[in-house]
Amino acid sequence: MAAPDEPAVELHDVGRDYGERAALRGVTLTVPAGATLAVFGPNGAGKSTLLRVLATLLRPHRGSVRVLGRELPREGWAVRGRIGLLGHDPLLYRDLSGRENLRYQARLFGVDAARVDELLERTGMARRADEPLRTLSRGMVQRLAVCRTVLHDPPLLLLDEPLANLDPAAVDAVEPLIGRDARRTRVMTSHDPAAGLAQADLVLGLRGGRAVVAGPAAGVTEADVGALYR
Amino acid sequence: MRRTAAAVVRKDLLLELRTKETVPAMALFAVTTFVVFHFGLNRGSVAGDLAAGVFWVTLLFAAMLGINRLFVAEREQGGFDAFLLAPTDRTALLAAKAAALFVFLSVLELIAVPAFALLLLDPSPWPALPGLIGLLALANVGIAVIGTLASALAIQTRARDLIAPLLALPLLIPVVIAAAKATTPLLLAGGPGDVAARWPLILGLYDVVFALTAYAVFDFLLED
Repeated sequence: MAAPDEPAVELHDVGRDYGERAALRGVTLTVPAGATLAVFGPNGAGKSTLLRVLATLLRPHRGSVRVLGRELPREGWAVRGRIGLLGHDPLLYRDLSGRENLRYQARLFGVDAARVDELLERTGMARRADEPLRTLSRGMVQRLAVCRTVLHDPPLLLLDEPLANLDPAAVDAVEPLIGRDARRTRVMTSHDPAAGLAQADLVLGLRGGRAVVAGPAAGVTEADVGALYR
Repeated sequence: MRRTAAAVVRKDLLLELRTKETVPAMALFAVTTFVVFHFGLNRGSVAGDLAAGVFWVTLLFAAMLGINRLFVAEREQGGFDAFLLAPTDRTALLAAKAAALFVFLSVLELIAVPAFALLLLDPSPWPALPGLIGLLALANVGIAVIGTLASALAIQTRARDLIAPLLALPLLIPVVIAAAKATTPLLLAGGPGDVAARWPLILGLYDVVFALTAYAVFDFLLED
């Protein structure tokens, strides 16, 4: 368990390769508990790799990673179950219904089935919850993926473009679940500088796996973020 | 671990009931192969060691279809990541996948045994049935454990449909030999004879050795 004043995420000189290609190079940052870090960068900058390292799904090849007070990957077992990852892939089975998928996840996480019904109601998916995922729109599947992410009420949320495919009503529905909350730390990627900066306490700008912008959001402008993409 | 494994088995059986992608293919393959043997051997029926050989080789290749598909949904639909994010004992996935494959094999045999008796077998299958069920259960454990291990390795590669049989078949040869040797006296033309105890024992020992091996290495297979 992390001490109350301990940062939720600490990276020091972290690197990760895919074969010959370095996806992350020397990334160093600290995210205090309860804060939101917005990660910007063009496609292939290393944003998703960073989230997967923090989620314990990828091992860092260099540097040190501490998440919720635990050293990764050595103590990954201690933080699994306290992390919610919302990636590009919903991590749900296409031939099962939303309710079946979430009940399966609830069993893995030891969560009561009533929580599944509660989340389906809150995200407006209760009416379509018994239809196979392959018959649902991408926005609906994304709403179910949000339900999966927060099912176990994790103190650390890793959100990879969380509002992608969502219409305004769906954004309003999921906002209380994945939005700013002092009880949870968020690391979120975005391609929208204005929306990302509005939510962030800290900013990390990646290009070619390197941190080219890092620091408090107050000192970063939309132009600084926009420059990452040029 | 038991609760997690039960959840995964339940999910896998539900997926198979919903998609019918694996067991029907295995059963169709087995029945078709028996038909091919029926005509290819140029005889109306078989008994003894030939019957045992035809029966077990057919089941082995039908099982390969199930082994190939065992982790496809986990790989293609993010099931691995979802499982790895959960605070669970990772060995539960091994136990669950082996159990699901065991169920698939048992359902396959519910269709394959009557089809074999109908299309190829000379003696009546009924007197041999109690012994055959015991041998099928023993062999299924071995096929399920080794198949799960090979499938978990192969799914990490691009050529999984090739790699899974290449890994599994050599490891399953002892299972087929022991099962066929044990089955031969049960399928004699004159009625079932006594099964030598050593073949079921070898099967059981092989099951235990590979169950322990799989338990020891499976966690590492899931690591990045």
